[in-house]
Amino acid sequence: MSSATVTRPAATAATTTRNRRRLTPGRVPRNRRRLTPGRVLLYVFVVLTALAWLFPVVWALFNSFRDYDYTSVNGYVSLGGFTFENYTNAWEQGEFTRHFLNSLIITVPAVLLTLFLASCVAFVVARYSFRFNLVLLGLFTAANLLPQQALLIPLYRAYREIPLPLWMSDSGQLLDSYWGLILVNVAFQTGFCTFVLSNYMKALPHEMFEAARVDGAGVSTQFFRITLPLCRPALAALATLQVTWIYNEFFWATVLMQSGDKFPITSSLTNLRGQFFTDYNLLSAGSVIIAIPVLVIFFLLQKQFVAGLTLGATKG
Amino acid sequence: MTDLPTVPAAPAEAAVPRRRLGSRVRVSGTDRVLLFVMVAIPLAMVVLWVWLPAIASVVLSFARWTGVGGLDTIEWIGTENYKNVFTNYPPFAPALRHNLIWLVFLFVLPTLFGIFLAVLLDRELRGTRFYQTAFFLPVVLSLALIGFIWQLMYSRDQGLLNAVLGTQIDWYGDSKVNLWAVLVAAGWKHAGYIMLLYLAGLKGVDPSLREAAAVDGASPARTFFSVVLPVMRPINIIIIVVTVIESLRAFDIVWVINKGTNGLELISTLVTSNVVGEASRIGFGSALATIMLVISLVFITIFLSTVMRGERR
Amino acid sequence: MSRPRSESEYLASLIPPSVAAAGLSRRGFLKGTLGAGAALSLSSLLAACGGGDDGGGSGSASQEVTFGSNQSDAVPKKAYADMLAASGLTVKVNTIEHETFQENINNYLQGNPDDVFTWFAGYRMQFFAAQGLAGDISDVWGGLSGMSEALKKASTGEDGKQYFVPLTTYPWGLFYRKSVWEEKGYQEPKTLDELVTLAKQMQTDGLIPIAFADKDGWPAMGTFDQLNLRINGYQFHVDLMAGKEAWDSAEVKKVFDTWRGLLPYHQEDALGREWQEAAQALQKKQAGMYLLGMFVGEQFPEKDREDLDFFTFPEIDPAIGTGAIEAPIDGLMMRAEPKNEEGAKQLLKFAGTAEAENVLLKANNTVIGASSEADASAYTGLQKKAVEFIGSAESIAQFLDRDTRPDFASTVMLPGLQTFIKNPNDIDGLTKSLESQKKSIFTS
Repeated sequence: MSSATVTRPAATAATTTRNRRRLTPGRVPRNRRRLTPGRVLLYVFVVLTALAWLFPVVWALFNSFRDYDYTSVNGYVSLGGFTFENYTNAWEQGEFTRHFLNSLIITVPAVLLTLFLASCVAFVVARYSFRFNLVLLGLFTAANLLPQQALLIPLYRAYREIPLPLWMSDSGQLLDSYWGLILVNVAFQTGFCTFVLSNYMKALPHEMFEAARVDGAGVSTQFFRITLPLCRPALAALATLQVTWIYNEFFWATVLMQSGDKFPITSSLTNLRGQFFTDYNLLSAGSVIIAIPVLVIFFLLQKQFVAGLTLGATKG
Repeated sequence: MTDLPTVPAAPAEAAVPRRRLGSRVRVSGTDRVLLFVMVAIPLAMVVLWVWLPAIASVVLSFARWTGVGGLDTIEWIGTENYKNVFTNYPPFAPALRHNLIWLVFLFVLPTLFGIFLAVLLDRELRGTRFYQTAFFLPVVLSLALIGFIWQLMYSRDQGLLNAVLGTQIDWYGDSKVNLWAVLVAAGWKHAGYIMLLYLAGLKGVDPSLREAAAVDGASPARTFFSVVLPVMRPINIIIIVVTVIESLRAFDIVWVINKGTNGLELISTLVTSNVVGEASRIGFGSALATIMLVISLVFITIFLSTVMRGERR
Repeated sequence: MSRPRSESEYLASLIPPSVAAAGLSRRGFLKGTLGAGAALSLSSLLAACGGGDDGGGSGSASQEVTFGSNQSDAVPKKAYADMLAASGLTVKVNTIEHETFQENINNYLQGNPDDVFTWFAGYRMQFFAAQGLAGDISDVWGGLSGMSEALKKASTGEDGKQYFVPLTTYPWGLFYRKSVWEEKGYQEPKTLDELVTLAKQMQTDGLIPIAFADKDGWPAMGTFDQLNLRINGYQFHVDLMAGKEAWDSAEVKKVFDTWRGLLPYHQEDALGREWQEAAQALQKKQAGMYLLGMFVGEQFPEKDREDLDFFTFPEIDPAIGTGAIEAPIDGLMMRAEPKNEEGAKQLLKFAGTAEAENVLLKANNTVIGASSEADASAYTGLQKKAVEFIGSAESIAQFLDRDTRPDFASTVMLPGLQTFIKNPNDIDGLTKSLESQKKSIFTS
């Protein structure tokens, strides 16, 4: 990744804006002072587009607070009939307590395990020169990009055959168990995190490692005491991304979970159809509830989020 | 769900030629074991969960099997499944076409628009943070949820669009328009995503290049096309691959709308409905899966060779 | 894993082999000893699948029984909850959205199904029983009373054992609101021509003649069944479903052709609508009729249900008549090797009693009880009519996706019928494609 074309200082990502200001001191004030007609047009365009972009979410939010009886009489393009009831109804009918809990049970261990395993591989790949390093990285990264549907049949079959003790899974097998879903998420996300972390680790000042080695530090010390603490910014950014992605994961949960009450929140959406299709205010409230966790993460940790992506991530 | 490592975030030190550690350094026996375990466990997971199933899918595509009973109930039938996919399965042609439309659409509108937005936002506007937040917000939502949110726009009887336009169109249900309606919703997310990637790339462009161009009297447009764009080549390729993979993997949004029927057929939904449904046409579904696998591997290879070129040097 | 390959095999599959072996006629057997069937077929291939004669004491009635339910809509969900509560057993209910449950049934049954689960009678039940995914409950049947011969036949697998306890049934027909029809002076049509005349009148009166929805893909199958039963008769329908008759035959083309003639009277944009929405069009008096099962009433507020009435699909060919109807039977099955077999069987036994059905019917009056001992005195007018309607039918089909192979129904017929609704003009192309796909599926 030391391609000469796009290089930025270590850990720039987390501090992109700051760096940029530092890098281009003269330009910013100059541009801001000159307000040409072209620039006014630009502002108008950007502001309008941004508002249009926000609109679908705002619309959902707006209607989620309105009474169905009111909107069904007056239409949605109206004002009034405000209520909080949709939220209590949606929460109850969608059994959101249960599904949020499921999302939590799946997301937290999956993210932690993904980051740990990815750090391990990244550490080896970044610190030690083995001939298979590239192949290894390729295997991990490509795995992350394959279409999940292409792997469904054998994986499903295998999940059915693998027994789990009942204290781990009340289904007695990997299928329809939280473990199964956690593991499949880990297997898929590890590739991505490995890729990002190996790049990050390669950039760590290696003098530090040499010094440690001279002091007789073994692999585990180098890994746990030096590498991981230094990777904290990258890990934080990746954690933010991974929480969002695993929370949003839809396909595996839909096909590998069987009990309605074990579905995490995103895939429980299909179960909502029946109850929610006629009352759009209820549907709005349900959608907003489901969006809240990722929106909170997004607004609180936007920097981490953007950093995660600019560290080497893109994500649908 | 594309999780592509993209913007090469090689820190400054990486550019400095540095000694490779490792082979010259002595590693003790226990450390060797530890290093082995650190790679072996994650590797085993990826192989067992991803690569073996991928190979098994290819193998099963030559079989006829209901998926019930042991492996000995599998009947091997050669390439018949492929023959049936191409000649005797009406939803396949539309699915392939829809995936292609998906791809072209994402390129022509959201991808280019995302790049355009990135270029605008790179001009240090006042309130950049607000615009960025607005464009980026859909990116954190799942496509399944986006399908629901846009239902509020698209519904025939209760949707905003018909109320405003005075039309009576069932945007999700009418197969003449539903693909486009879905694409607008998917593009809403995709544009923000591309915008962010590109913006990150632009911020990485050495400002002195631009200043040099400005000194030479080049217009901003000319600077962009003849200076910035060529420098951004790796990012451009990555964006192309992201978009291709994204179009091939599209699934969630059409699945929540109507399970990929009636104008929203995609290869991914055909695979799924052939194997998870009551149907259980394992071999046939695997043939569809293999076709997906082959197409995506072509692009994954392009992607890997792009991002890893730097590694090899 | 025998799936019928021909008509004769399909029909034979409806007759318990144990009976055939014993040289009894089907009637004779069904009238007679219930236990005999089970006793005679001990050598079944499915012995391993947890008939449970050997396992014996796995679980007990006091332990929890798990129950997988596809009854996700509010009305039947409550009805089932009430019924399970009345059983006196500890039942843990796992409710999955109706469509999802059906689509996942194969995986569900092969994975970790609940001890007892909701399912349908007919081919669709036999298919899973034949694959060893369902538990033999012949001994439960020994203790049931009030079940007709037809019900027992519909609950019997290809091997002559029983795998299913019928709970409820309901007829398909053309439903309408009496108040609307009285106000406008409409009469129930007796022939296709009368139906068309009526539909035209409704259009003049500003009504959608026939409400229609096919987003989920199955409601249109009901329309196909009705037309096929009227145009080609019951036997042809059964043979067609069994893969014996050709889909590109003149008979099938005539069905599609007739349907094409009726499409202009159907509610537009059906492919984007779920049946509940179409039912509400009927309820809100926007549509004049709706061709659906009696469950259409679930979408009606209690006060409006008495206003609901139906008639059978009118005669098309006088030689065929209107003797064949469609009345799917819903009920319960037990998984192979249940965790709590004793409890599961106890639950099934209870479910087969009139007591259980009465609880179920009290909460949901859009179905009728399968057991003849179910308390009919509390029935609504509509339910009484349904009992009479089903009772007087010459032959009863289940439903397209219950009468044929599931892979054919879901991967060929579902998209095929949607294509027809989208473009009703290419009947030759469609039927040719259906036949060609049928051949590729029915070979296995």
